[in-house]
Amino acid sequence: MSLLLNGLAASSGIAIAPAYLLVGSELPVQKQHISDKNHEVARLHDSFALSRQELHAIRDQAHRRLGQRAATVVDTQLAMLDDPVLFDSIEQHIVSEQITAEWAVQKVADHYMAIFERLNDNDYLQARGMAMRDLAKRLLSHLLGVKLPNPKQLDHRAIIVANNITPTDTAQFDRRYVAGLVTDTGGRTSHFTIMSKTLYLPVVVGTKKATAAIKDGDLLVVDGIHGKVVVNPSEGELEKYRLLAGRFAREQEAWGALRNQETISQDGRHFEVAANVGTLADIQDAQNNGAEGIVLLRTEFLYMNQTKLPGEDQQFSAYKQFVAAMNQHRVVTRTLDVGGDKRLEMVPLPHEANPYLGFRAIRIGLAKPEILRPQLRAMLRASVYGRLAIMFPMVATIEEFRQARQILDEEKASLEKSGVPVADNIEVGMMLEIPSVAMMADLFAQDVDFFSIGSNDLIQYLFAADRGNARVAYLYQELHPAVLRTVKRVIDAAHAEGKWVGMCGEMAGNPLATPLLMGMGLDEFSMNSGQILHIRSLIKQMNTRQLQPLVHRSLNAQTASAVTAMVKKFLKENNLE
Amino acid sequence: MEKRDFTITAETGIHARPATILVQAASKFASDVTLSYEGKSVNLKSIMGVMSLGVGQNAKVTITASGDDEKDALDAVAETMKKEGLTD
Repeated sequence: MSLLLNGLAASSGIAIAPAYLLVGSELPVQKQHISDKNHEVARLHDSFALSRQELHAIRDQAHRRLGQRAATVVDTQLAMLDDPVLFDSIEQHIVSEQITAEWAVQKVADHYMAIFERLNDNDYLQARGMAMRDLAKRLLSHLLGVKLPNPKQLDHRAIIVANNITPTDTAQFDRRYVAGLVTDTGGRTSHFTIMSKTLYLPVVVGTKKATAAIKDGDLLVVDGIHGKVVVNPSEGELEKYRLLAGRFAREQEAWGALRNQETISQDGRHFEVAANVGTLADIQDAQNNGAEGIVLLRTEFLYMNQTKLPGEDQQFSAYKQFVAAMNQHRVVTRTLDVGGDKRLEMVPLPHEANPYLGFRAIRIGLAKPEILRPQLRAMLRASVYGRLAIMFPMVATIEEFRQARQILDEEKASLEKSGVPVADNIEVGMMLEIPSVAMMADLFAQDVDFFSIGSNDLIQYLFAADRGNARVAYLYQELHPAVLRTVKRVIDAAHAEGKWVGMCGEMAGNPLATPLLMGMGLDEFSMNSGQILHIRSLIKQMNTRQLQPLVHRSLNAQTASAVTAMVKKFLKENNLE
Repeated sequence: MEKRDFTITAETGIHARPATILVQAASKFASDVTLSYEGKSVNLKSIMGVMSLGVGQNAKVTITASGDDEKDALDAVAETMKKEGLTD
C-alpha cells in the first residue's frame, strides 16, 4: 500500500528515487551531577578536539566540491570551537554546578539559541541558531559515543529524508546523488530550499512525519509542485508521476521562453500577471518567473516571531528593497493583516468565538493607530524608490476605507511637512473579501483606485464555510456561479469608474479559472511565483472575445461542477490543457 | 587606540557568515579589537560575542583596536566589512 504525505511545496519539480534517511539516533542527555570535575572537563576537551578534526575534514571536502561559500558555513562552527568564550562557559557550568559535560553543553547551547532567537535583527535564515544546534549535536555525539548520520556516505541517487537539513549536511552531500529532499520541519525559505531551487531539485518541507513514516530505501515520489510525497507508490501512481515529470520538464522549457514576455492575449489585450510575496527571499523567485509586478506584498513577515512591533525605519528599509527590486513594476503593499488564524505575540488579541468574523486586519489597524501609522509612513517613504501602491485588507464599509485613507493622507502631509519626499499619485485601493463590498462595489469604485479580490476569504464568506474545516470544505467552490457572478459584478462596477481590478487569492493561479476571469475582464492576476508562467502561457493563447460564450454559459450554470465541466471541455477543444 | 564608526548597510546585517569572516580577519592581529553596538561591547575575535550582538541593517557600530598593530588591524577589518558588503 502506498502512503501519501502532505507538506509545503518548497522547490518545484518531480523526483522518483529511493529514500535515504538522514536521521541520527536520539541523543539522550542524562542530567546527572558528578564528583570528578577534572574528568568531565577532560572529556569536554576531547569532544572539542574530535569535533574540530571532523569539521576540518568536512570543510575541506565542501571547499573542493562546492566552493568557498559552502565552506564558510563550516568555518562558522570551527570559529565557535576556537572561541574560548564558548569553551569557558561550558567548563564553568561543569565546575560550578558539578554536572556532566553533556548537560553543560546542552545548557550553553540552549542559552545561546535563546539569545539568537530573541535578537530583533532578522537573522538571515536563522543561520546562527542553526550553527549552534548543529555544533552542539556534534559535541554531544562525541561525548555520548554515538555516530552522527553521515551524508558523505551517500553513493547512489536518492531522496534525502530528514527532520531538518543542517548547513553541515548540505556541505557534505555529493550533489550528483541528491534527487530531492523531504523534511519534517522547515519552511519555504530554509537555506537548503533556496539552494535546491537554484539546482532545480524538488523539495517538500513541513510534512511533520516523513522520518517516522518513511523507511530507508522506500521508493519515493517527491512532488515539489503540489507539496506531496508518495511512499512506495503503486505501478499506476508511478506511471502517473512519470508522465507528470515528463510534462513538467517540457512545460519548464516552453514556459521559460515566456519569462521576459508581456502577457498579451490573442486579441491584443494586456493582462498583468504578478506575484504574491511574503518575504525578501521571494523577490528572487518572482523575478526568475517573470512577474510583471508584486500585487500582494504581505507585510506580516516583519511582525512574525518578533517580541516588539517593527519600527518605521526597519519597515521602510524592507519595503524599499521590494520596490527598488521590481524596477518600475507595481508593488502593492498591504497593511498588516492579522487576526483570524494569524496571531502575533506583541498584539495580544482576546479569545473570540468567531475569529474569522472578528477583530482582524484593518479593524485592528483603525483601532490601534500605533500599528497602522508607522506602517503607512514606512510605505510612503519607500514610494519614491519605484512604483508603490497601498491597499487595506478586510474593508467592510465605505466609512472604514475613508477613515484609513484619511490616516494615510495625514501621514503623507506630516512627512511632506518635515521635508521627507513622497511619490505623487500613489494608488490607494483595498482588498475585496467581504460580500457587503461586492454589493456596494459601484459606490466603493468612486473612492478607490483599485480592488484586489481576495478570493480565499471572499469564497468562505459567500458560502459561510471555513475551508480549513474538513466537514464543510466541500462548500469552498472557486468555480461556483455565485463566485463568478460576484467577481463579474465587481469588475463591471470598477471598469464603469475607470478603475482596475486584480485578484490575489488562489483562484487567480487556478488554470481552470483563467479563461473565465480573463473573459470577464480581470485586469491583473497575482499568484505564487511558481504559477506565473503557466497562467501567462494560457492567457497568451486565448482571445477574450472568443471566451464570451463560455463566460455567459458559466454565469448561468446552476452548479460549480457544471462550470468545471464546461471549462475543461473548452480547454480540451482548444488544446490548452 | 584606533577607533572608527560604521553604518551596516547589508540587508541581512552581520549574520553568521560575515561574523565568521570578520572574526577570522580580526584574529590575525595581536591588538585587542572590540565591536560596540547599542551600548554593548564585544571582543571582535569572539564569534559567540559578535553573533550575540544581533547587528542588523542600518545599525551604527563602533570598532576599536588597541595594541602594537592597531592601525593595521582596523584597516583590515574595515576592508573586510566592505568586501563582504556590510558597509558601503
